Amino acid sequence: MSKVIVVTSGKGGVGKTTTSANFSSGLALRGKRTAVIDFDVGLRNLDLIMGCERRVVYDIIDVINGEATLKQALIKDKNCENLYVLAASQTRDKDALTLEGVERILNELKETFDCVVCDSPAGIESGAFMAMYFADEALVVTNPEVSSVRDSDRILGIMAAKSKRAVEGRPPIKEHLLITRYDVKRAASEEMLKVEDIEDMLRIPLIGVVPESESVLAASNSGVPAIHEKSDVAEAYKDVVARFLGEDVPMRFTTYTKAGFFKRLFGER
Amino acid sequence: MTQAFKLKVANLPVWVLHVQTLQATLIARQLQTHLQQTPDFFSNTPVALGLSALNPEAQPDFAALLQLLSQHGLRLVGVQGGSPTQQAAAVAAGLAVFADAPANRSAAAPSSAPSPALVIDKPVRAGQKIYAENADLVVLAIVNAGAELIADGDIHVYGPLRGRAMAGARGNRQARIFVQGMEAELLSIAGCFQMFEDGIPADVRGKPVQIYLNPAEELVIERW
Ligand SMILES: Nc1ncnc2c1ncn2[C@@H]1O[C@H](COP(=O)(O)OP(=O)(O)OP(=O)(O)O)[C@@H](O)[C@H]1O
Ligand SMILES: [Mg+2]
Repeated sequence: MSKVIVVTSGKGGVGKTTTSANFSSGLALRGKRTAVIDFDVGLRNLDLIMGCERRVVYDIIDVINGEATLKQALIKDKNCENLYVLAASQTRDKDALTLEGVERILNELKETFDCVVCDSPAGIESGAFMAMYFADEALVVTNPEVSSVRDSDRILGIMAAKSKRAVEGRPPIKEHLLITRYDVKRAASEEMLKVEDIEDMLRIPLIGVVPESESVLAASNSGVPAIHEKSDVAEAYKDVVARFLGEDVPMRFTTYTKAGFFKRLFGER
Repeated sequence: MTQAFKLKVANLPVWVLHVQTLQATLIARQLQTHLQQTPDFFSNTPVALGLSALNPEAQPDFAALLQLLSQHGLRLVGVQGGSPTQQAAAVAAGLAVFADAPANRSAAAPSSAPSPALVIDKPVRAGQKIYAENADLVVLAIVNAGAELIADGDIHVYGPLRGRAMAGARGNRQARIFVQGMEAELLSIAGCFQMFEDGIPADVRGKPVQIYLNPAEELVIERW
């Protein structure tokens, strides 16, 4: 059974696109046939992070308008087999997205792919609504700050009330909490929320914690998602994918340990 | 002939703003501080102006008040109490006159038998609003900041209450709120409300409490 997974957050700039790129790459690396769709019409940037911006010929709006077939518009990822990207349009206005159009695309993708990952735009308006409406599961990307948690809460409420599953009275969207840009040191000093605080507020199962790291910026500049390199962020996203596939993996990158004597002496590895 | 309308009686919840003064700047400033914590709380919310605390000689400028309130998301629809002259002026300004709150409690109670309690077993999240019409509301999960519970009867929250709870929404002063963990943004019984913009008193914060109106119509928050 193929699955539609939305990556959403309400708040902007929390790491949805970064997560979509790494999560879909991780699924593909684990052998799942995966498509990732950029729903952020007008602000195309998934293709940049995936390093395929020069190969975008057709985008999601072209497919909805019947100006291109899905096959023509899907771009094969350069880093993994099994992964295809459907870009957003930079030029069209976002009203070109329609529920019927999106449904048609998703249904067609589900025939060939195991997983369809939808990178939602920020906000709770039409674009975010389209991205989550048909979802079976959701990664709710949250940063350790009150405003981000509040917006995640809002989007969870909307999914519970207005998604296709909710409207049709089917089992609800399966929700996963993904905390990103987590800085253990600032959490320990109470400058930022702790994992437990966020879990206490949102009350949905935690699927992973991605540390704050400069490697993310470097990765998006080079057009190769961080999961392909050696870093804590890569490990964290691999854990997320493993847990999503049902494996029992202990949480990492959640506790702050003061550098010990030897570490201070020899520096960080 | 096609039917143009159906006329039905509805007891809709309406806020009453009991003004103690007519000084526009004072009202504006205090509304501002009350509402800035919760900017999206009122939007086009119907409100009646309670005039009973005013001097019967006072001459409210209803047009100006209407405008002032609308700037804060409150839509002035009528007045309650006040002198006959004040009520006449309100009518002239296009407002309705609401009957005074009945002293006799049973008159305020809906005539139909109460419905069974509305039971919610999932978190109530920011932006969600749940209304138990003519019934009690029981929540078995967390009520998050930015969420809103409204009941014509009592409200029970068996979890942390971090949003808003309004019991006795149709004016039942006997309604109560029971909370496992008191962290609310706003509590109200029969329209008498309290906000906690400066935080919740330490003796009840996070504690199990019940909330009711005392004979002086003040909100009492009491540990249990
Ligand atoms: N784990 C991380 N550590 C450090 N920086 C990160 C991390 N994750 C994301 N970022 C940075 O945060 C910024 C926003 O990331 P991203 O574009 O993925 O967010 P978004 O939620 O998709 O934003 P938008 O709402 O605009 O679509 C980027 O500059 C990205 O490099
Ligand atoms: Mg994005």
